[in-house]
Amino acid sequence: MASLFAQGKEPEVLFWVGCAGSFDDRAKKITKAFVKLLDKAGVSFAVLGTEESCSGDPAKRAGNEFLFQMQAVTNIEVMNGYGVKKVVTACPHCFNTLKNEYPGLGGDYEVVHHTQFLKQLLEEGRLTLQGGAFRGKRITFHDPCYLGRANNVYEAPRELIRKLDAELVEMKNCKQRGLCCGAGGAQMFKEAEKGDKEVNIERTEQALETQPEIIAAACPFCNTMMTDGVKNKEKEGTIAVLDIAELLAKAEDL
Amino acid sequence: MDYLPNILFAALLIAGIGYFTKNVKKLRRNILLGRKADLSDNRPQRWKNMARIALGQSKMVVRPVAGLMHIIVYLGFIIINLEVLEIVIDGLLGTHRVFAFMGGFYDFLIASFEILALLVIVAVVVFWLRRNALRLARFVKPEMKGWPKNDANWILYIELILMTLFLTMNASDLHLQRMEVAHYTEAGSFPVSQWITPLFEGMSASTVVLIERTAWWLHIAGILFFLNYLYYSKHLHILLAFPNTFYGNLKPKGQFSNNEAVTKEVRLMMDPNADPFAAPAEDAPPPEKFGASDVKDLNWVQLLSAYTCTECGRCTSECPANQTGKKLSPRKIMMDTRDRLEEVGRNLDKNGGTFVDDGKQLLDDYITREELWACTSCNACVEACPVSIDPLSIIMNMRQYLVMEQSAAPAELNVMMGNIENNGAPWPFNQMDRLNWANETA
Repeated sequence: MASLFAQGKEPEVLFWVGCAGSFDDRAKKITKAFVKLLDKAGVSFAVLGTEESCSGDPAKRAGNEFLFQMQAVTNIEVMNGYGVKKVVTACPHCFNTLKNEYPGLGGDYEVVHHTQFLKQLLEEGRLTLQGGAFRGKRITFHDPCYLGRANNVYEAPRELIRKLDAELVEMKNCKQRGLCCGAGGAQMFKEAEKGDKEVNIERTEQALETQPEIIAAACPFCNTMMTDGVKNKEKEGTIAVLDIAELLAKAEDL
Repeated sequence: MDYLPNILFAALLIAGIGYFTKNVKKLRRNILLGRKADLSDNRPQRWKNMARIALGQSKMVVRPVAGLMHIIVYLGFIIINLEVLEIVIDGLLGTHRVFAFMGGFYDFLIASFEILALLVIVAVVVFWLRRNALRLARFVKPEMKGWPKNDANWILYIELILMTLFLTMNASDLHLQRMEVAHYTEAGSFPVSQWITPLFEGMSASTVVLIERTAWWLHIAGILFFLNYLYYSKHLHILLAFPNTFYGNLKPKGQFSNNEAVTKEVRLMMDPNADPFAAPAEDAPPPEKFGASDVKDLNWVQLLSAYTCTECGRCTSECPANQTGKKLSPRKIMMDTRDRLEEVGRNLDKNGGTFVDDGKQLLDDYITREELWACTSCNACVEACPVSIDPLSIIMNMRQYLVMEQSAAPAELNVMMGNIENNGAPWPFNQMDRLNWANETA
């Protein structure tokens, strides 16, 4: 962003990479897949790079409102400094926080999730899909809480799966009644409380009931939880957990 | 002496409604112990939500069996209560079925009441079986032991008794009409209770009059009792579901409100011109606690919700933490909030309106930390609630208290927050490495 800004150029959209997308080895693959799709569609985009900092979501959900607002205000200053208008992110937690919680602190942007953005690119014809690799494959989609229930985005990711000519199979708990992967509310960063099962195992079992070849995710944290769940069930040889962006990039051989 | 029944009736009515009014005032006082929350915005949308969710029962039918049964009892409750108006007038004036002048329409009304009453009986039996014979998981969770379980059954018994009395009253009335007993002029159509009348064959008119009067008095007395039972029961939802859906959250569920007290602090910290040694003004009120440790730290809508909760447990059955055996139950969060609020209310009553510290609070004495930290903030409970209750907001307020007032977060979360503070990510990575991915090969 800094270099584009210095050249006096304004990108179409700011890609908010997020902490997982920047640092987590698995999530970085999602980041790269999404960037390939953006490049293919000829979207001019920028990233904040080293000027990006945690959105504050895990701090807020953990109860540290102070740390959250410090993060938010700092990020907002950076983004407002660059005159950012539109933001796209592959992380539903960043998406939710930037879209809903930043406006009250002075950060007003049009914020979209990468599945919404990709759907729009397809509709505008800027991105085309041949869909070969996934034709007829059984794909089940795990709704991220912060995309689905939190923001009522259920259709964009599903539409993208259908565009792949894949067979979309729904779990018994989906959309409004989708079961959490177990990572939200800062649970990602701690051991779970005492119980008789891990949430991600429960959710993975629901996914396996649909006998999928692929479990599609749209959140780096869900991806981790579902991947761990599939490994726990020793199914990693037959079932892949992939982000929607990865599915699209693979379909296009990117 | 002729007016004795009328006077007795008026006295019963005044006592019943008077006591209820007294408790409603208490209810209002308790709810307003909560912090202020301005929810006067977007009234058209709020009315719409109330019409759709409370009046229209839109969320009940997510679970079709319970939803359909509930709609029957709900319609029965509203429609049969039209009859109460007539009963009250009859009671006060000593008339017999004062609305009978409506003729065919009156017949239609009474017939509909009767059919609904029968359907209510069926629904109540189904409800009872679900709770006591099928023992559906959500009705037998640990927080449902004792009073909550008995309360639920009592409501069903009372409804069953009221409907039986209503039909008995109609049946004996019909029998007396057929016998052409004075005062019992012909009025109404009785598709259900006509099947009860054979029971009265061979009885003298005075016996049947006695049965009719007993059923009539017990029915109206039962209704007044039930009205007063509400305040002590989860059944309060029949009234509070309406304001609660009206004041329900209109924002996206993922949007947690930003704590304004914190915003002030943050602004002050970021302001280079702020005087770091500024003392608060002499007359400044003591700073508000961050987050919530007791009911008074919650806002009034959260407290209204606690009274609205009817303990159906749809929230708990959708909760990922509860499903996997953790202690957290969103329903228990609401029940605990109400129980503590009631305790605070009784404290106020006892001490002439001032709260005397009882050494207790909502946190720890009712809701444990283990419950609070088990939440994934997934909003499943909020989505599931048929009357727009938001247990998640209470959990988050209490976490705020634990973290910002007590620094009592689990150690792993402190590490995560330390990382965010120091290097802008929940993990210990250097902020300068944020863009490394761009130079790595796939």
